[in-house]
Amino acid sequence: MGRRLCLGKGLIVRQRSLIAITAALAAGALTLTACGSRDSGGKGSDSGGGTTVTIGVDAPLTGDLSAIGLGIKNSVDLAVKQANKQKVVDGVTFKMEALDDQAQPSAGQQNASKFVSEKEVLGVVGPLNSSVAESMQKVFDDAKLVEVSPANTNPSLTQGQNWQTSKARTYKSYFRTATTDAIQGPFAAQYVYGKAKLKKAFVIDDKKTYGAGLAATFTDEFKKLGGKIAGTEHINPDAKDYSAVATKVKNSGADVVYYGGEYPQAGPLAKQFKAAGAKIPLVGGDAVYDPTYIKLAGSGSNGDLTTSVGAPLDTLPSAKAFLDNYKAGGYSEAYGAYGGYAYDSAWSIIQAVKKAVEDNSGKLPSDARAKITAAMQNVSFDGVTGKVSFDEFGDTTNKQLTVYAVKNGAWTTVTSGTYNGG
Amino acid sequence: MNELPQQLVNGLLLGSMYGLVAIGYTMVYGIVQLINFAHGEIFMTGAFGALTVYLYVLPDGTSMWVALPLMLVGGIIVAVLVAVAAERFAYRPLRNAPRLAPLITAIGLSLALQQAVWAWYPDAKSAITFPQIEGGPFTIGNVTIQTGDIFLLVAAPISMAVLAYFVMKTRTGRGMQATAQDPDTAKLMGINTDRIIVVAFALGAAFAAVGGVADGLKYGQIDFRMGFILGLKAFTAAVLGGIGNIYGAMIGGIALGVAETLATAYIADLPGMAKFGTQSWADVWAFVLLILVLLFRPQGLLGERVADRA
Repeated sequence: MGRRLCLGKGLIVRQRSLIAITAALAAGALTLTACGSRDSGGKGSDSGGGTTVTIGVDAPLTGDLSAIGLGIKNSVDLAVKQANKQKVVDGVTFKMEALDDQAQPSAGQQNASKFVSEKEVLGVVGPLNSSVAESMQKVFDDAKLVEVSPANTNPSLTQGQNWQTSKARTYKSYFRTATTDAIQGPFAAQYVYGKAKLKKAFVIDDKKTYGAGLAATFTDEFKKLGGKIAGTEHINPDAKDYSAVATKVKNSGADVVYYGGEYPQAGPLAKQFKAAGAKIPLVGGDAVYDPTYIKLAGSGSNGDLTTSVGAPLDTLPSAKAFLDNYKAGGYSEAYGAYGGYAYDSAWSIIQAVKKAVEDNSGKLPSDARAKITAAMQNVSFDGVTGKVSFDEFGDTTNKQLTVYAVKNGAWTTVTSGTYNGG
Repeated sequence: MNELPQQLVNGLLLGSMYGLVAIGYTMVYGIVQLINFAHGEIFMTGAFGALTVYLYVLPDGTSMWVALPLMLVGGIIVAVLVAVAAERFAYRPLRNAPRLAPLITAIGLSLALQQAVWAWYPDAKSAITFPQIEGGPFTIGNVTIQTGDIFLLVAAPISMAVLAYFVMKTRTGRGMQATAQDPDTAKLMGINTDRIIVVAFALGAAFAAVGGVADGLKYGQIDFRMGFILGLKAFTAAVLGGIGNIYGAMIGGIALGVAETLATAYIADLPGMAKFGTQSWADVWAFVLLILVLLFRPQGLLGERVADRA
């Protein structure tokens, strides 16, 4: 190959112009990255003096799920600013560093390694996706770096692969402020069967950790209650033509579709099966609860339902300050489905840092990461989404869930409840 | 409850979309033996070009019957400009380089175009709503056809007919055939091969843009990554039909689309196959079909022997 590349002067000159173009394109791409990191870099380190503690954020900041990811990033940013303003921990200034995982496990793992390598990072909020979390947990655990996810709902992340039969905590450094699918799926099944009186479900999932887990827990509870499963289907999240599936749904005679997956696929899926003639509602989990879903699903989405973890922020008295501060913060993106949880996640890290510092007579201990991870287990405070504390698996003790429905092109609250039994 | 006709129509529609994009792969390959992996992004820029016309050129509330032809023209212009620029600045300098160099360039170009749209097109960070044609779906027997699909059903055959006429009857078209057979001799006979290559890129881009508009109308949304998977599928369709053969591209596209749809619909009903029949397995079956075809007809369904060229 080497010989062929230097065939003559003409060729080399031509290659140079190609290099110039490539360089220009690369420069363009770099500008993008620079833009991204400029606004994601922490702005809280202006007080000077003392110790700086960085709270990492890992979420999809680009791509389909970026609307949710940016809401998480902004909410953590807000928590960091509030902590600095209120001087929650004396002598410690908090900073935020956000990395983009593009909802890809491989990118998430790289980000995890990067956070671990940075000494100032003492806690990480994220990720959004359960599948990404799986790739990050071990990296963080080996470094004893605490990770608090505002959004992961797959039960096996905290309770082990065999969580249905024998629960066993997998990683001591992993916590979450989101309720799990072990609760969310059955909660949805109880609502669909009991309240909405829909008895024949077509269950579809995207085969990802989150979607498949949710669909399985829904199916179990739905059958237990006496409901019928009219059919099951697994879709390919990279495809967007679901017409074959839509035809199957229509001909199955189901009166409800349960979808375990995320809104970028749920929207087109709902649109297509409704267009095919199946005028039945789609019921999804928290990852469907996003305004973009309604945009994607179109006018047929009226009556579609989702369950989501926690209660709507605008109905919680505890969230009022958060909503006001978020508005005052002037963020260009909405806080999204997980903003409140992201804020609480960041705040729990801040509380754990505070505990570690106070136990060490006002200074960061030398093994700060391990101390903070240990302190996290006993963190307890009144957060945006209610009482924040963790059980022996690292799961939140807050088991509130809410059913939302699309009404006139917007999500409206149907009912909130606490899951018990199952 | 017989869903076969509906599933065949679903597959035909999906396949026509693959076919429209596959034409671009096959023409460029037939003439310069380049697999233009950036072609999926040409398709994407075509869709964005059409959307730009609708959002920023036409006044608000323009009827789709007026807007659609103009959007189509806008999409074609954008896609052709991008493709011609790509040919001129990325591929032509590498015309005599080893085969791998333009291939890698094509992959790089594909990423660059995606990121350019992501970065500079307003609101393109996530999916953007594409305007829809009003009116409910049409039902013939127990087959339902969406309004947005009518465009594809009309556009795909017309595009094929126009292309066939162009390649067979016009002077430039015959020049293309000659260049595909033997570029050196074609040059000796006075054919401006550089121009022919540009025309091949431009034509492929125009059909990709038609496909892009059809995609927007069919799914109601477009995004900067829409070309990637579709480009791979279209390339597969081109190989299935016989790369280098323009009819093969359409036939291959339809075969692939129908295979995917039928696999989703029926494989699960076969005894013992329930696990392998869902939509997430459709691609697997489509590629099984590709392998089978290539085993027995290495040149593809309509391909011709190209041994003398390798």
